[in-house]
Amino acid sequence: MPKSPHLSEVLDGKEVVICAGSGGVGKTTTSAAIAAGLAARGLKVCVLTIDPAKRLADSLGLEELGNDARRVDPKLFEAQGIELKGELWAMQLDPKATFDELIARQAPDEESRDRVLNNPIYQQISGALAGSQEYMAMEKLFELHTEGEFDMLVLDTPPSRNALDFLEAPRRLTQFIEGKSLKVFMKPTGFAAKVAGRGATVALSVMKRIVGFDLIADLAEFFNAFSGMVDGFQARAKRVNKLLASPTTCFLVVCGPQGEPIDEAVYFHRKLVEAELPFGGVIVNKVHYPAEELCGGKVEDLPAELADKLDDEDLARRVTANFADYQALAERDARNIEHLARELRATGVIRVPYLDEDVHDLAGLAQINRYLFATGEERVAMAAGRA
Amino acid sequence: MVIVTGKGGVGKTTVAVALGMRAAAEGKRTIVCEVSAQENASRMFEHTTVGFHEVELEENLWAISIDPDESMREYVLLQLKVRAMRDMLFRSRIFNYLAAATPGLKELVTIGKIWELAQLDRKVKSGRKYDTVIVDAPATGHGVGFLQTPRTFANIARVGPIHSQAQTLDNFITDHDNTGVAIVALPEEMPVNESAALEHDLVNEVGVAVDRVYLNGLYPERFSKADAEQLTALAAAEEGASKAAARAALSEFGRARSQRAQLARLRRRAQAPVKTLPFLFEPDLGPEAARRLSKRLT
Repeated sequence: MPKSPHLSEVLDGKEVVICAGSGGVGKTTTSAAIAAGLAARGLKVCVLTIDPAKRLADSLGLEELGNDARRVDPKLFEAQGIELKGELWAMQLDPKATFDELIARQAPDEESRDRVLNNPIYQQISGALAGSQEYMAMEKLFELHTEGEFDMLVLDTPPSRNALDFLEAPRRLTQFIEGKSLKVFMKPTGFAAKVAGRGATVALSVMKRIVGFDLIADLAEFFNAFSGMVDGFQARAKRVNKLLASPTTCFLVVCGPQGEPIDEAVYFHRKLVEAELPFGGVIVNKVHYPAEELCGGKVEDLPAELADKLDDEDLARRVTANFADYQALAERDARNIEHLARELRATGVIRVPYLDEDVHDLAGLAQINRYLFATGEERVAMAAGRA
Repeated sequence: MVIVTGKGGVGKTTVAVALGMRAAAEGKRTIVCEVSAQENASRMFEHTTVGFHEVELEENLWAISIDPDESMREYVLLQLKVRAMRDMLFRSRIFNYLAAATPGLKELVTIGKIWELAQLDRKVKSGRKYDTVIVDAPATGHGVGFLQTPRTFANIARVGPIHSQAQTLDNFITDHDNTGVAIVALPEEMPVNESAALEHDLVNEVGVAVDRVYLNGLYPERFSKADAEQLTALAAAEEGASKAAARAALSEFGRARSQRAQLARLRRRAQAPVKTLPFLFEPDLGPEAARRLSKRLT
């Protein structure tokens, strides 16, 4: 088993932590637990989630998180034995509101702002369509980082099926509103058409046949309305990319121990490396620890031993069978984690065990927090019930 | 058509394949559609690749992995009829810009392909006719967004061919006689909340019919309360293997019990009937696991 790093060391000197991974692996809880752990160590931390299900709000005992950061009542954590020496803030991102704010900031004047905000195509893409969440998460992260009110920002990302969307969001955003080649929409002949390349006018007429003239006209109006903001958007996207690639940013890959989440974690890590983004480490949740680590692995005499101690052969049999089932899962987990560590060339893997109770409240979050901010040995001792 | 949805990691693919096996066993010609680049369903069948073509997995059961780029190529070809014109369009920079940059377009052409598969009068040359189409939909968060895409596009394009085609797709999804949604949930606090919220949104915002909620991964009740008391004492007193085994048993007991409470909550909150599926203590969930689950489906 690869050695286990200490999370405080991994995050030392960072300003932005981005937790990425597929759905259902406890990413939101992990993000919140990391943020709480850093706040406990004296930092002013804000955790952002863009998950439309209000999971984080649930975990933090907040009724609703708005598009503004709100401070989490330190008494909530005190009750769980965690003293927040710093401050913990939380925010649930509203993609539509963030997009509107962004337009308002970038628009050269009120008229262009309103033209965009009132455009039917803008109204659809800014709220309803998949992809705009990723755009806006990066935007909000960048905005908060620029304002500099927090020592540390922890971002909970959407599931990694959209990992690429997420990493490419700033670039795609500028591509979408980029004026140069799309000016063809406004003037399908002449210079603009030449810029867009030969055949563009033919392509355009073919496209009109497929999508209809009115939609093209609406799109033209949309891009027209955006045209004054293109430079501002491009400059901004560049700065967002710079922040993501900065040595003070750290990507943590969060996953579960089953084959599929492990594969996705490997895939996401590869994308990070390709994009030259700073990978910090990997956290595997819901791990079954093997008997080897829990009790030295001496299980041969278990049925007889249990029958003797419990004085109940039937119960001893059931306990033995159940333990064998758990160990089968533990073997799978160990195999998958070894594969993961090899693929990621990870210096260490943080394994959070599958807890007996489902994690959905602050007590659970506090428990995850203790596992995350422990040494590898401490984790094993906790999982074995020795600490 | 059955759309299988739910949040990530709840076993949607396994349930979708199990539903497919069930329908196939009843003699219906069935296809399982996987919507994303990763071929989970095909991996379940240990086929090398399922890709963007219909592959026969077993009697009456086919699978396809719907790739949005391929769907787009196929769609444009069906519109233009001329391959050379399609290829010209795909070479043009402006088209590629627009296709890559328009949010939701991938989802739209994906749903378009699913619609095409479900037609008895297939658009694709020599297309097979299916009685049942099962869709392994993307994880929620995006799940409602995915199913809402046709309506969004129908609203953007107020008139014209995109409008009418998006409208056709929306009608197809919201046709309660022919299209139903199955939600897959896990017996945990937040997944139960999210599934109830998802059902609400699907019914009230998208307007689809939610036929059933599957509560997947339910632990068996292996130990009684009296057993647990005995094991608690053992876990505290002992070291070594007895302690580890007792703790594993207590963990099973604790989870089985809290899951029963979540099942009761889900039954209270969900409008559609709830059906439970057992947790399988198996390292890898392959086709045999799906087959066993398929026998538990009704």
